[in-house]
Amino acid sequence: MLRSLTILIVCQFVGEVIVRVTGLPLPGPVLGLVLLLALLMLRGGPDEEMKSTSSGLLRHLLLLFVPAGAGVVTQLNVLGRNLPAAIVAIGVSTALGLAVTAWVMQRLTRGPST
Amino acid sequence: MRPELAHLWVYLQTTPLLGLGATLLAYQAAVAISRKLGGHTLANPMLIAIGLLVGLMLLTHTPYDVYFQGAQYVQFLLGPATVALAVPMHANLGQIRRSAHAILPAILAGSVVAAGSAMLIARLLGASPEVVLSLAPKSVTTPIAMGISEQIGGQPSLTAVFVLLTGIAAIILVGPVMRLTRITDWRAHGLAAGTAGHALATARVLLLNETAGAFGGLAIGLNGLITALVVPLLARLFAGF
Repeated sequence: MLRSLTILIVCQFVGEVIVRVTGLPLPGPVLGLVLLLALLMLRGGPDEEMKSTSSGLLRHLLLLFVPAGAGVVTQLNVLGRNLPAAIVAIGVSTALGLAVTAWVMQRLTRGPST
Repeated sequence: MRPELAHLWVYLQTTPLLGLGATLLAYQAAVAISRKLGGHTLANPMLIAIGLLVGLMLLTHTPYDVYFQGAQYVQFLLGPATVALAVPMHANLGQIRRSAHAILPAILAGSVVAAGSAMLIARLLGASPEVVLSLAPKSVTTPIAMGISEQIGGQPSLTAVFVLLTGIAAIILVGPVMRLTRITDWRAHGLAAGTAGHALATARVLLLNETAGAFGGLAIGLNGLITALVVPLLARLFAGF
């Protein structure tokens, strides 16, 4: 677990450094994800240790959002004032996003779905 | 409050144990509550835990900064967890390669439309710029959405709430929208759910069809990357208005 956790942290670290140095418009951890993906492709896939560490982290992913989500306590005023606009925006944009993605995908793939 | 209790409280507020313990306990309680409610999608453990903690902070007049001293240790793991998304993505690489010619344009179109229309509608309805920016990355999985939000000047905590609302909207809308647009291909179904409604909507279509679930999982990761590139450009465009 220690070795794979080290790999994850190092990927994130390198990602953050590259983002800061180049000004790429990407969150550092997302670039870290790309780096790890490249590493996995080079090595022909994750070993057992990496598989179990990553699935352990991802299994409790929801817990990791709780601290930031609880930060909404500092935004209750902003949220309250903007909630109707936000809900309409979310509802309409989600319907449009669903329709456009599915339509383009169905147009560009040939043959029956498996 | 009795004086010795007040002393204890003052002491606890200076250690990270309070926020860390409260986060872990609230989450365990939320998981138990969610199970009691039959694991219904709307009884999301994250939402319940956030509700419990917000209630607790308001009741005890604990400032968020004090809570976050401890909670930051949980939050820190979000970075490595985002990197770890590469592992399930690698497992789907074969499928990505085979239909890349259709998947990438479809996700790109969905990402631009979902983020752009959300920003435009919120702006027209008079939402504050901070809220408009926090809405932009709402369709992608929470760790990536919060990273994008922070980068473009939104509020990551508002974004976390919007991401959840988006997932719920997608669960409700995915069936009717697919019927209305006459989409019969399960791959398109799944890709749309993952692109517009991240893991929540993907879990929903997985119940209907396994292929849809696989393409949904694929879309969550790819859309995270694509949206991370697209949204900062859209935000710059909007700043020009």
